[in-house]
Amino acid sequence: MSSAKATVYLRGICASPGLARGVLVRLQERVRTGIRAPSSGPSDSASLRQAIDSACAELTALKQRARDSDAEAMLAFQIAMLQDPVLSEPAFTAIAAQVPPEQAWQDAMESQIRQYDSADDAYFRARASDLCDMRDRVSGILSGAAIIPVPPGSIVIATDLPPSRFLEMSWDGGGIALTEGSANSHVAMLARARGVPMLIGLDHGLLQAHGEALLDADNGVLITSPDAKTLTDFAARQQALRIGRGGTEGHLALPAVTAGGEHVQVMINVADGAELGSLNPAWCDGIGLVRTELLLRSKHYLMDEAKQYDEYCRIVRWAEGRPVTVRLLDAGADKPIAGYTVDVESNPFLGLRGVRLSLLHRQVLSTQLRALARAAAVRPLQIMVPMVTWPDELDQVRQMLDDAVESLTKEGLDCVRPALGMMVEVPAAALTCDLFRADFFSIGSNDLIQYVTACSRDSRALAALQDPLQPAMLRIMREVVKHANTRGIPVSLCGDMAGDPRCVPALLAIGLRCLSVAPAALASVKAAIARYRSEASAQEHSA
Amino acid sequence: MSQDEFAPRATGSTVLTHEGGFHARPSIMFTQLAKRFSAKVWIGLSDQGPWTDAKSIVRVMALKASRQTTVFFAAEGTDAADAVSALVRLVQSDFTNSRDQ
Repeated sequence: MSSAKATVYLRGICASPGLARGVLVRLQERVRTGIRAPSSGPSDSASLRQAIDSACAELTALKQRARDSDAEAMLAFQIAMLQDPVLSEPAFTAIAAQVPPEQAWQDAMESQIRQYDSADDAYFRARASDLCDMRDRVSGILSGAAIIPVPPGSIVIATDLPPSRFLEMSWDGGGIALTEGSANSHVAMLARARGVPMLIGLDHGLLQAHGEALLDADNGVLITSPDAKTLTDFAARQQALRIGRGGTEGHLALPAVTAGGEHVQVMINVADGAELGSLNPAWCDGIGLVRTELLLRSKHYLMDEAKQYDEYCRIVRWAEGRPVTVRLLDAGADKPIAGYTVDVESNPFLGLRGVRLSLLHRQVLSTQLRALARAAAVRPLQIMVPMVTWPDELDQVRQMLDDAVESLTKEGLDCVRPALGMMVEVPAAALTCDLFRADFFSIGSNDLIQYVTACSRDSRALAALQDPLQPAMLRIMREVVKHANTRGIPVSLCGDMAGDPRCVPALLAIGLRCLSVAPAALASVKAAIARYRSEASAQEHSA
Repeated sequence: MSQDEFAPRATGSTVLTHEGGFHARPSIMFTQLAKRFSAKVWIGLSDQGPWTDAKSIVRVMALKASRQTTVFFAAEGTDAADAVSALVRLVQSDFTNSRDQ
């Protein structure tokens, strides 16, 4: 207990919720020059050769343990690049000319990274981060740093965390605090999927912090040198969370019911269906959101009706007849699909995305509608249209859906006309939801917050303005729910808000009775629902 | 490598239709296929070269070949013709005919 040191609160932005108590471990950063006295050439080149081989072996082991296809593809690419002698050739040449191996490797990689950094194509530019990841892994092995594993349960502090490093660590009880990073990054997605608390955008002072710390990602703060009282309070919250989680093991198999005995539907959000393998469909009331832009991230799937049909069938079969809502391709802004989305937009979040883009690519849209109508004949599913602004956009999609069903019927293919609903995420649509002929509504809180508050989702500086529980958000959502409930139109919420136990009482208080959350949040959300008492909570959270 | 440094035993060309061009996954598949042949295999963006080692993912990625680019192949060795026709087929199939893993 270091009571001599003052407790420091470092503010950050939550990229993955949760609480962790552990020792701060600074992630081994790349050491720019570890220039050693030139030693004999052969052993230097052998040490680089060995370091590259070890890096490949580590990545191969990670690839075998990878739980999703994104991680696997990224690792396969890194392995293939490292195994290519062309990559290391200049480094070996430099070593032969007495350049120390670390320096030789850094220089060789820098010139590759520059080529990618300067690429016109955003996809090629993004590969620069893979090359940095590879560079640092081999450098770490060369300098002996990479063999020091981060102890399980540590709170890792760094400027940024490469995805391959995340995948190789044991996160049990630990957490992540970064000075840079993005909630939309690959690492943030992995952290949320595995329930690892993660904060981003902390002050650079973070990197000097050491000793024991408390990572409170739910409240966006890292507490260093906590005093006795803070430790006790934190332990109590962790305990409560554990009981909540422990209770959820029981809750998981049961329907979510409030303290007042009211049933709440809890559904799951699905990216590409790979996550379904480890989930029991009985734990949820269905799938509230299938993000097809992740399922169809390769352009050639967009026109591949048979492939799409197979994928949708796989998902609806998993649900065993429970409701499944499939969102039409929501590409654009932070979810590009090379060759489909617009590469250069000055303001992509306010640009061609979602249904706006779909209506410009009618062949792609029609292919998806056909595949969905066919899958609907196998098990029930409904279709959700993203980024709708005006009623006419929904009407156009409905017309195309009717046409697709008509032509499928003519072709003698089994199909069912699915219900057609809309995502409520554009304020114009939220304010006029009564004007839309939607079979159901699903509030997309992530985009709605950024459009209502005029705050870019990826801006760290504006994080405080984007509190989802602010009156403006609650009021606009309550109107949508009120309209839907009085007209008997199903309404749900499928943004990150639904998966945040802190927000659950407010969502129930405005009348929502269907939430769709990340699978990792099922437990805590059901626990939060079980604690909810309507009147008290309604007064507490009314805007 | 300039053209007159080797005498190709087989050549071919096709248009790259893959939406992303020679991105990571296509490049992995392409170079893995090229490496199955004993022939030396080159890829270029013109029939006059410059030619790039088709077995090197670092070099193939460095081409940054985008969609609608015509890619040219040359190969030299006993199985040169097989290598070229296999690579042409892979590109024409939009990199679907040997889904990885």
